[in-house]
Amino acid sequence: MSKKEDFVKFDKVDKSYDGKVLVVKNLNLDIEEGEFVTMLGPSGSGKTTCLMMLAGFETPTNGEIYLDKNPISNIPPHKRGIGMVFQNYALFPHMTVFENLAFPLKVRKMSQVEIEKKVDKALSMVSLGGFANRMPGQLSGGQQQRVAVARALVFDPSVVLMDEPLGALDKNLRESMQYEIKHIHESIGVTVVYVTHDQGEALTMSNRIAVFNDGKVQQLSSPDKLYEEPVNSFVAEFIGENNTFGGEVSEISNGTCRVKLEKGEIIANPISVKSVGEKTTVSIRPERALINPKDKMDNNQKGKIEEVIYHGDHTRVRLNLLGNSEFILKVPNSSQNLDIKLGNEINIGWNSHDARALDPK
Amino acid sequence: MSSETGKILTTDGIPLEESLKQSEKKNKIKAFLLVAPLLLFLIITYMIPIGDMFSRSIDDKMVTNMLPKTYKAMENWDGKELPPEEVFEAFYLDYKILVKNKTAGKLQTQLNYEKNGFKSVLKKLARKQKKFEEGNYKEQIMKVHKRWRNVEYWRAIKRRAPSYTYSKYLKGIDMYSNEDGKIVQVSEDRRIHRILWIRTVEVAFFVTLFCFLMAYPIAHLLATLPMKYSNLLMICVLLPFWTSLLVRTASWMILLQQQGIVNDFFVWIGLVADDNRPEMMYNKTGTYVAMTQILLPFMVLPLYSVMKTISPSLMRAGKSLGATPAVAFFKVYFPLTIPGIGAGCLLVFILAIGYYITPALVGGASGTLISNQIAYHMKSTLDWSFASAMGLMLLTGVLVIYWIYNKLVGVDNIKLG
Repeated sequence: MSKKEDFVKFDKVDKSYDGKVLVVKNLNLDIEEGEFVTMLGPSGSGKTTCLMMLAGFETPTNGEIYLDKNPISNIPPHKRGIGMVFQNYALFPHMTVFENLAFPLKVRKMSQVEIEKKVDKALSMVSLGGFANRMPGQLSGGQQQRVAVARALVFDPSVVLMDEPLGALDKNLRESMQYEIKHIHESIGVTVVYVTHDQGEALTMSNRIAVFNDGKVQQLSSPDKLYEEPVNSFVAEFIGENNTFGGEVSEISNGTCRVKLEKGEIIANPISVKSVGEKTTVSIRPERALINPKDKMDNNQKGKIEEVIYHGDHTRVRLNLLGNSEFILKVPNSSQNLDIKLGNEINIGWNSHDARALDPK
Repeated sequence: MSSETGKILTTDGIPLEESLKQSEKKNKIKAFLLVAPLLLFLIITYMIPIGDMFSRSIDDKMVTNMLPKTYKAMENWDGKELPPEEVFEAFYLDYKILVKNKTAGKLQTQLNYEKNGFKSVLKKLARKQKKFEEGNYKEQIMKVHKRWRNVEYWRAIKRRAPSYTYSKYLKGIDMYSNEDGKIVQVSEDRRIHRILWIRTVEVAFFVTLFCFLMAYPIAHLLATLPMKYSNLLMICVLLPFWTSLLVRTASWMILLQQQGIVNDFFVWIGLVADDNRPEMMYNKTGTYVAMTQILLPFMVLPLYSVMKTISPSLMRAGKSLGATPAVAFFKVYFPLTIPGIGAGCLLVFILAIGYYITPALVGGASGTLISNQIAYHMKSTLDWSFASAMGLMLLTGVLVIYWIYNKLVGVDNIKLG
């Protein structure tokens, strides 16, 4: 079976709750069959609303959502066949784990034998084989979470939606659940639409990430592209750490530009600046700036160390550089003979390609 | 842990349990002192009155106290044949005092309850005993009336020997203990209490049912509406709570009477003819309508407090898993509201079963309940022991319902708020 490119399609979707403010603005999004797409964004950015529209609990104010080419705006939630994992799990507290999982199968009038087979399979998939007769209240948070995932998958839905499913778990559990969900997705190939505000989660699990802000998709691309090549300063700020300089373009020529700052000048990669005189924000990832670079780099600056924080695998160094006292460097602890001491002046270098001149903040 | 491992000791060598007790002692005393006023209050206002009610309901000392010597002498009498001379003598002496104190009438009435025709026999004895000579009282008494030779009459006296009786309880369910000591029903035209009991349970049941049917949607709305609307609705639910019970009942009288607003409306829309207005008051209908309205908040509030805790995502989860809204409601939402339903139903039923003012005012003859009968005996017949007995029967009934409920649903499952 060939994969359908636009298995889930948001077509010019607008959503407003009060008729005054658009929570979602002109959303266009295509999701491929079998893909793991994450909607990432700060709270209030409209990502959960999108998920609710897809699930059928909210109706788009304008536009249409297609599932496998069929418009679904007028289909009630229970007929959409979309599995959903809720933020607080939403397990039925008066039913055992088995009954919870059997619920979607029972309403589909499957035979008892078939139900038992499917529930067993789903439970062993989330490695909860012996828990069928427990009540949800007797399970830990992580176990409840797995039951919720199993329940959303047990009836073989074409799409599974997950609304910040790991939000209530502690850090270690959250990380191991991320891998578990990722592996389940890989092994059964279901289409997953995942909502989170945790960028680490999004980067770990997704095929593609849609970064939401202010009701719009700011960027939709694979995790590595999102991190390496953010298209605007919101994405650059939101994903990973980022050093920024505000300035004005003073020159543009074949693939590079000069940005004049209050103090000094940077040679940068013009992403969203077109002409001289435009205001811009230059974004540099901390790991792209090197201390005492051996090779020649087109940006070389001196900075004064203002703070050194030990982080185990790396050391964070805060510098005052070109008038920006929040310039962060990450120095791997394996690197030796670097003279990182408070108050020292060090040479910092980076390539113009890694200094992305984006829209002004 | 087995005893062989020995007791765990603290660092100072004191057994851990003892040390714990010592350190908790102060807190325990403090906690007890905090609840002591309430405990005292409960004992004074609740336990003592109930105890008093109970002793009053079984108290039968009147006859016992009037014939002290007789009952003492009767102790050795087996009741098979006529009693010996000592009993006759003791009875003569007791009765002489009663006649002298002019309290013989009470004894005559009481003993006539036990044996019909006793009154005239005793009255005759009261007249004749003045001329009695000393000694051989048996002969003298038997001479006064030949019925004194009938052992039945002496047995009737003996039956009233105990200071306690359960006859009031039997009366409460239209039964009595006859001459032979057997428990039988009263004659058919005098069986009123059993009808009242059945009616009380019936009214309480249907009021509970109506309250449930009306309160469930209201509570659901309350729990799901946005704050600003739900607050308004909440006030509407609570407003009757803040109004005097009497005022509410009186307003139902205004609404429901034959020339009342509801009837006027029915006539106006042509539902009934003007000369054929239905009676909606002074019968069971009035009791149902008024009690349902008055007890409604007691159903709404527990339901609301339970529904408030049910996450809306559960219904959504149900729907997303493929259940139609109706199925999701009955399989997911409804079972989760059962604790609230239980609490509300129990509350309303128990309140309804002992309801007094409303049935008294709008119930008429066919709408009065057992509590009205109790009040009647308290105020009109002054048979307090009977009123107490019925009150206790009501209380026992409520406790039985509570027990059954506990068996069926479990009291831990009740949520009152």
